Amino acid sequence: MNVTFTLQDQTSRTVEAEPGWKLMEVAVDNAIPGIDGDCGGEAACATCHVYVAPEWRDATGERTDLEQAMLASTFGVRENSRLSCQIETSEELDGLSVEVVGS
Amino acid sequence: MTPASVVIVGAGAGGAQAAASLRQGGFEGSISLVHGEPGLPYQRPPLSKAYLLGRLEARKLLLRQEHWYAKQRVDLVLDRAVAIDRAGHQVHLAGGSSLSYDHLILATGSRNRELPVPGAHLDGVIGMRTRADADELAGRIREGVEVVVAGAGFIGLEFAAVAAAHGAAVHVLELADRPMARAVSEPTAQFIRRAHEEWGVRFDFGQALTAIDGEGRVTGVETGDGRRLPADLVVYGIGVVPDTVLAEEAGLAIENGIRVDDRLLTSDPDISAIGDAASFPSAHTGGRVRLESVQNAVDQARHVAARLMGASIGYDALPWFWSDQGDLKIQIAGLAEVTDSAVEVAVPEPRATCVLRYRGDRLVAVETVNRPGDHVLARRILAGTGGPSPEEASAPSFDLTRWHEAYGLAPTG
Ligand SMILES: Cc1cc2nc3c(=O)[nH]c(=O)nc-3n(C[C@H](O)[C@H](O)[C@H](O)COP(=O)(O)OP(=O)(O)OC[C@H]3O[C@@H](n4cnc5c(N)ncnc54)[C@H](O)[C@@H]3O)c2cc1C
Repeated sequence: MNVTFTLQDQTSRTVEAEPGWKLMEVAVDNAIPGIDGDCGGEAACATCHVYVAPEWRDATGERTDLEQAMLASTFGVRENSRLSCQIETSEELDGLSVEVVGS
Repeated sequence: MTPASVVIVGAGAGGAQAAASLRQGGFEGSISLVHGEPGLPYQRPPLSKAYLLGRLEARKLLLRQEHWYAKQRVDLVLDRAVAIDRAGHQVHLAGGSSLSYDHLILATGSRNRELPVPGAHLDGVIGMRTRADADELAGRIREGVEVVVAGAGFIGLEFAAVAAAHGAAVHVLELADRPMARAVSEPTAQFIRRAHEEWGVRFDFGQALTAIDGEGRVTGVETGDGRRLPADLVVYGIGVVPDTVLAEEAGLAIENGIRVDDRLLTSDPDISAIGDAASFPSAHTGGRVRLESVQNAVDQARHVAARLMGASIGYDALPWFWSDQGDLKIQIAGLAEVTDSAVEVAVPEPRATCVLRYRGDRLVAVETVNRPGDHVLARRILAGTGGPSPEEASAPSFDLTRWHEAYGLAPTG
């Protein structure tokens, strides 16, 4: 499956992802700038904030409670904000497109 | 001038991030990352949490997947550095070869302080630092096993929570009068202590472990007040010592770690030091500190990478920390000292707390349990221009979010 990250400089990068990895892990593994994942995916640091493209919002599901609490206080949060450590990639998400927010 | 070759010694959180940040910043020279432990570089925090609980696959423990190193042109050198030749700009490796550097980054981390008592060598006495330690411990925690934890710091308590969840009988011995005495305020410490007691963990404060008994294998421990406690397993977390051996032998200045300036340079301008191993002048306390956290290691790595690419600002990233114990998510924003005062904020949830730390009238840190929103907000407030006064925070109806909406003019980030 593929995922497209739109970077802060508005360029895009499409990378291949193996289903079962968190979106944050895919980003770190592909050296996507602006997604750090410092806490290793515990929703403890908010360094993997992304905006999910509108057409992918349903497929990526709801925010978890912890994620919701973190995001509520995060700068630049929007309706389509997610912490990418809380999105697990799967074949259903092939073509997923997100925008990197950065911290 | 940007160096042509960078050698990084130590591939923990700091070393791996330094390599990643150099490439993200457009560094085109060679990067050698010297990794002295078996296997690929891995993350430490899950060792005492998800990994120990068996909830994390081994490959998810890795800091980067195997193919990353080749793709990012990072030469992962599986060897130990044994000496630095500063005049010749070379690092000598245990295997006999050497690496030349224009710039060297020391990210050697820290080692467990060993238990200074008789019997510490017995089978079943284990520190918690490496993947090998966690694998060994995972095989030994079972229902009914009697565990003594020496030291009620973060790592000891994370382990205690996991062991209790597995049905082990856990007894924690701590010299101080409360858990995590160096890291959090009294109210936060007591909140966490109560949670552990609910999980069945027993505490003895003001109590030293004086000896470990057994023949070949541990069978019990002795305490400062002369008691004997049975034990199948003794896990110790009594602090760490910075790994300064290489730096010291190379004649670099040492002061509670490898001494660096506010740009994270050692006493040799061609050598930087970061992470658990380095002591630096803190923009947040005004004094020299050495911090043991992922945030510290990775933010310092980013700073050094940016400097090598031409940036020239001092290091002043806001410290933050997290720890997971049972159902408690503990988060700290900022950096408090033991003498800083504490204001406990009333929060509606029973299993949550929020404590503001003050130096005089200045907010310096916020400790939260199960209040992740407060934590994120606290990081923004502490990085900005000013927080609520102690008087405001003491009001019965105080809430950090409401305060921020009303007064928070802090620049955001
Ligand atoms: C069990 C555990 C749980 C933790 N949980 C948390 C947490 O929840 N949150 C948090 O913020 N922090 C946590 N920490 C702390 C955090 O992991 C450390 O602060 C961080 O790893 C420091 O990074 P570092 O790169 O400085 O050093 P390290 O990660 O210690 O890496 C240093 C590496 O250098 C290697 N090395 C040393 N000398 C040489 C040499 N001569 N040649 C080659 N290699 C060498 C070492 O073997 C090691 O692999 C935890 C630590 C442990 C042990």
